[in-house]
Amino acid sequence: MTAPDAAGLRRRTRDLLAAHPPATTDRTDFLRARFDAGLAWVHYPVGLGGLDAPRSLQSVVDAELAAAGAPDNDPRRIGIGLGMAAPTLLRYGTEEQKRRFLRPLWVGEEVWCQLFSEPGAGSDLAALATRAVRDGDDWVVDGQKVWTSSAHLARWAILIARTDPDLPKHRGISYFICDMTDPGVEVRPLRQITGEAEFNEVFLTGVRIPDSRRLGPVGEGWKVAQTTLMNERVSIGGAAVPREGGMIGTVARTWRERPELRTHDLHQRLLTLWVEAEVARFTGLRLRQQLVAGQPGPEGSGMKLSFARLNQEISGLEVELLGDEGLLYEDWTMRRPELVDFTGRDAGYRYLRSKGNSIEGGTSEVLLNIVAERVLGLPAEPRNDKDVAWKDLAR
Amino acid sequence: MTAAPTEETPVPDLLYSETEDDLRAAVRALLADRCDAPTVLGRIESDTPYDPRLWQGLAADIGTAGLLVPERLGGQGATHREAAVVLEELGRSVAPVPYLTSAVVATETLLALDAQGGPVVELLGDLAAGRRAAVLVVPFSAARPGAVRPVGVTGDTLEGTVTGVADAPAADVLLVPATDGLYAVETGAEGVAVEPLVPLDLTRPLATVTLAPAAGTRLADGASAVRAVERGLLAGAGLLASEQLGLAEWCLTETVRHTRERHQFNRPVGSFQALKHRMAQLWLEIVSARAAARNAADALATASPDTPLAVAVAQAYCSKVAVHAAEECVQLHGGIGMTWEHPAHLYLKRAKADSIAYGSAGHHRETVAELMELPAP
Repeated sequence: MTAPDAAGLRRRTRDLLAAHPPATTDRTDFLRARFDAGLAWVHYPVGLGGLDAPRSLQSVVDAELAAAGAPDNDPRRIGIGLGMAAPTLLRYGTEEQKRRFLRPLWVGEEVWCQLFSEPGAGSDLAALATRAVRDGDDWVVDGQKVWTSSAHLARWAILIARTDPDLPKHRGISYFICDMTDPGVEVRPLRQITGEAEFNEVFLTGVRIPDSRRLGPVGEGWKVAQTTLMNERVSIGGAAVPREGGMIGTVARTWRERPELRTHDLHQRLLTLWVEAEVARFTGLRLRQQLVAGQPGPEGSGMKLSFARLNQEISGLEVELLGDEGLLYEDWTMRRPELVDFTGRDAGYRYLRSKGNSIEGGTSEVLLNIVAERVLGLPAEPRNDKDVAWKDLAR
Repeated sequence: MTAAPTEETPVPDLLYSETEDDLRAAVRALLADRCDAPTVLGRIESDTPYDPRLWQGLAADIGTAGLLVPERLGGQGATHREAAVVLEELGRSVAPVPYLTSAVVATETLLALDAQGGPVVELLGDLAAGRRAAVLVVPFSAARPGAVRPVGVTGDTLEGTVTGVADAPAADVLLVPATDGLYAVETGAEGVAVEPLVPLDLTRPLATVTLAPAAGTRLADGASAVRAVERGLLAGAGLLASEQLGLAEWCLTETVRHTRERHQFNRPVGSFQALKHRMAQLWLEIVSARAAARNAADALATASPDTPLAVAVAQAYCSKVAVHAAEECVQLHGGIGMTWEHPAHLYLKRAKADSIAYGSAGHHRETVAELMELPAP
């Protein structure tokens, strides 16, 4: 079968809408039917929610569905599954794994989380210590993971664990799919600087994972994880925003509406940040224009860095601008939100939450190293961990 | 010229076209041939800081002086987008040529007069063909016509002094904003004195222009003169961002090259994280400066209603990036960065002078405050 063109996709979308009128069809049933029609992610293979069509044609389908008022899945709630687990499954999963996992993942019936980081392995992720030991057809997993968003909601997790401590750290890792409902998986909320528990700690004690839920060959887990991590960074900082669309908009509106708060120092800082936010907007626009023109540049590596710094500076300015009100905080009650919300709640929350922007998804320091070495071609710092067995590394 | 915060603005094209890439290649080849660092260094201390052969090649032979001038007036009929690419290359080689002042500011000022014939059209044809060069007689720091003190007029003669006029020593014609309009004055005419000053930026000479008194040709009356000068200064500020971008790129490229080769402590110094992060940070700023500069060039080219804001944003951002890049270039080159032989100082001097030209970053932030209704206390 040849991949459909825009007209073909439009016809298929209309057929779907005719067979499952959104007004009278249950949301989940509609999403399943959409997946089965190959209109979930059109660039995926036939039978796995797609039609092998060019990725850019997804917008044709989305526009038709939006115009018809069809329900959509919730990319924010299932972000980790959609953005990280799915592309990794697609590339490294067996046929059986793809058929079992992709449909409920996309529909949102099964939420995914990511068991990568550990207390002793953050930026140095490949130093991870969680062990997986072979026992017949199973692997027995013991260890502790941290910063796990959605773990309390997740049915499945992508997990990396050490399967051979005698090899250098990058070579002794394997990649698994972990059932979060299995015995031995314990999820504890991890309360943060904001008072909320957006993340969790996950303790794994004697968790048995069948070998059929390994992704990729034994010992190749680091390579598989690179696919996951690459897809994570692509998804950060890429969205189009209107003028004053991000954090700067909130502060600019307060500035206009509350003349009594204005000072000369704050004015200078506001204008400097306004200019930088506007420039960041055009930088993102230029990046997207390059992608559309088929000239992908390395600029994407920088977007997350700029976004983090700007969010932190603007939210810090906002607290100062509010003066007496900036001394107050909305609510310190520990909550477990389903979604991460950078711009929600009050100024104090925004200021504190923004501190995570330069840590999550790769610290700014690590990203600067990546820019320096991969974009500018600067030499790497000498390393002393590459050829040493993991068990002999200092910890 | 108020852009309300909610107003829908057109989507700018921030990429380079194939034509622009070809133009860049032509300009770069010419500059590599006639304007390498030793040549610039050798020339700046001479009596003729400008290289007539270089200017001839750039302005006339490959036709860049006429990019902004319509074909029917003898120009190339291109836009600010193409002129911006030329300026990126000139910034990259700190070329001592009066491109920004003559081919952009003076040309744009004349174009804004919208003349159908007469001396304005004749002069535009000369500028476009690279036969002559002109400068607007205002201080290089001027950002708005309001900042310009016009020259006095008695009858047909002009009398007054304007100091800090960029590239005046290279000009054949002076465009003089006077109390009752805009005049063209030949630099060789009686009563005209162009006294070179000692500039911070050796690659862009400054002079004091004295008319005591001198005859001029009146080109426009008071109101249209003010509009034209405003237009010239806006285009100058907007395209200066591209010069600053090219300058910053050279500084980063050379710094990366140097720190990869220079060894200390038995390692290339560029392998130290303390230095790598500074260069990566500069790269980020340059990526952003490119978006800002392209946005300003595209706004000027398409006569976007967003142009005043796009120019103010580009200048408020790019001038700081250029200075930062040049300062880092000197520092990360270590001792050699402080020497006269190494060209880093030429870039630092140009970047610092550029940060004052056509309005400082602070001035342009004030413009943002006005346009976006973010008033001072």
